[in-house]
Amino acid sequence: MAEVLVLVELNPAGEGVRKTTLEALTAARALGEPAAVVAGAPGAAAGARAQLAEYGAVKVYVAESDDIENYLVAPKAEVLAGLVADKQPAAVVIPSSPEGKEVAARLAVKTGSGLLTDVTEVTAEGTATQVAFAGQTIVHSKVTAGTPIYTLRGNSVTPTPAPAAAAEETVAVQLSDAARATKVVDRVVEQKSSRPELTEAAIVVSGGRGVASAENFAIIEGLADSLGAAVGASRAAVDSGYYPHTFQVGQTGKTVSPQLYIAVGISGAIQHRAGMQTSKTIVAVNKDPEAPIFELADFGIVGDLNTVVPAATEAITARKG
Amino acid sequence: MNIVVLVKQVPDSGSERSLDPADNTVARGAADNVVNEIDEYAIEEALQLRDAQGGEVTILTVGPDSAADAIRKALSMGADRAVHVSDEAIHGSDAVATSAVLAAALGQLEYDLVLCGAEATDSQMSVMPALLAERLGIAQLSGARKLTVEGGVAKVERQTDGGYWALEAPLPAIVSTWDTINEPRYPSFKGIMAAKKKPVERKTLADLGIDASAVGLGAATSQVLDFAGRPPKGEGVKVTDEGDGGQKLVDYLAAQKIV
Ligand SMILES: Cc1cc2nc3c(=O)[nH]c(=O)nc-3n(C[C@H](O)[C@H](O)[C@H](O)COP(=O)(O)OP(=O)(O)OC[C@H]3O[C@@H](n4cnc5c(N)ncnc54)[C@H](O)[C@@H]3O)c2cc1C
Ligand SMILES: Nc1ncnc2c1ncn2[C@@H]1O[C@H](COP(=O)(O)O)[C@@H](O)[C@H]1O
Repeated sequence: MAEVLVLVELNPAGEGVRKTTLEALTAARALGEPAAVVAGAPGAAAGARAQLAEYGAVKVYVAESDDIENYLVAPKAEVLAGLVADKQPAAVVIPSSPEGKEVAARLAVKTGSGLLTDVTEVTAEGTATQVAFAGQTIVHSKVTAGTPIYTLRGNSVTPTPAPAAAAEETVAVQLSDAARATKVVDRVVEQKSSRPELTEAAIVVSGGRGVASAENFAIIEGLADSLGAAVGASRAAVDSGYYPHTFQVGQTGKTVSPQLYIAVGISGAIQHRAGMQTSKTIVAVNKDPEAPIFELADFGIVGDLNTVVPAATEAITARKG
Repeated sequence: MNIVVLVKQVPDSGSERSLDPADNTVARGAADNVVNEIDEYAIEEALQLRDAQGGEVTILTVGPDSAADAIRKALSMGADRAVHVSDEAIHGSDAVATSAVLAAALGQLEYDLVLCGAEATDSQMSVMPALLAERLGIAQLSGARKLTVEGGVAKVERQTDGGYWALEAPLPAIVSTWDTINEPRYPSFKGIMAAKKKPVERKTLADLGIDASAVGLGAATSQVLDFAGRPPKGEGVKVTDEGDGGQKLVDYLAAQKIV
């Protein structure tokens, strides 16, 4: 069976890989034998190998160099292009993060290949499913040139273990000058949160303009914490200064696809839906019975969030005993 | 400093959008078309840089004749001139082919900096700065929430989850912007009047030395096989809070085995 290259996203916060990598390994199995590619600083692969083996990496290509860490996007694309030429894989699967999409784009130009982004599913024949126009349209597409490159949208595939050998092969890293054009001088973390990552969380609780103040977002955080959820916000809430932009869900913010999305004080504008419409279960709390968010809610409560949400938080906490 | 801003015309994200069943491409003809929202932030950033450091701002658009409206809007905000690449053969091009057209057009312009939006609302691909950096061999500083240019060096704060990466590269470079970078101005009456007299140069594929067979549907590296509306969700349950709304919510979550 042909190899399928999977670009590994290392966990920025410490050991191991991001969940998106396990999803990509799982999706790649439909296309062939997953071969993980770790491109990072020296020593990067060591902490990743066990997980890669557990989730089906038959091989692990290890490309380690300080330059990969110190320069933006281009080095990873160059490493992958080298492997595509060398190993002639059936396809390349990359997690759909901002960096992942950009690596995929450069790889497409370098290898004369077609590129499909934000894929939610891919079949053995290489047919990809994509969700377009704020989740209103489902598209099936196919790459027709070169080595198909797919970027996989987070939370669309359930990672399942499939133990494999994860045989390591070292890849020599020799970067061109062009790959060292943009220096990453610093990586700054401004918000450390004990909550799960928004795009990876199984549950997201989002607040909108209806929350009415930054202080009142404590209500949203309270419910989120009782559920072990991430916190999100509508653009109106962000623009009003209630919550930081990093947490914005929607067309100009993050796209999330959790098991459960709870929209609190959010009207459900199409640009907000764009970021959450594919959530498995949607719950809405809004005092306006005509709010469009109710059209896509599996369960809706017409009521004042200031009473409904704290009561729910209390009941959940009580259940946990 | 000479800046080129890439501006795309897209169907309004607030209106009903669809693909054209005839060839599975974005239906642009009947759509309510607007300037891609994030591109306005790129235009604003270019204008501020020009006003501080001198030079010219050129708008570059690849799109059908109707895209002239988007160009007008950009000029009325204060850009100096525009290049509009329009050719029947471009219809149906994928992002990779569009980047070849944009790269060829940029090759005929003099620039220190290229600015674009971080994402187009129709394709939502966020790949153009990477595609162009790769083709042009210039530095890519994408996803900017802050940009400074000084002494031939561009510095960007690339927005990330919970923070930013500090990036640095020599000019010429391509920078894409998020909507956190500035607050775009509204065109003034004076600006709207002035825009009518600003030069818009029209170019075809022949002008760019690109063979028609290299772009369009026929040359696309990927193909849409079919599309359908998302199946409507089953009727949800809606209850009114009568003092027990919180409890009802938790009962629902319990029934779903979530709590
Ligand atoms: C190009 C473009 C991109 C955009 N991108 C995004 C994006 O990425 N994400 C995004 O979210 N939006 C985006 N928007 C904005 C979007 O159109 C809406 O303006 C926004 O989503 C509205 O946020 P909201 O629902 O919080 O506010 P509103 O529409 O003001 O809704 C507030 C809701 O709260 C309810 N409410 C008020 N008080 C209470 C209370 N005490 N208890 C219960 N309910 C209450 C009200 O009934 C109302 O339904 C974009 C817009 C454009 C044009
Ligand atoms: N046809 C086009 N003409 C001009 N600019 C474009 C075109 N397509 C994309 N762009 C620019 O590239 C950015 C990112 O687009 P995309 O990668 O398609 O999401 C947009 O915000 C525009 O600035």
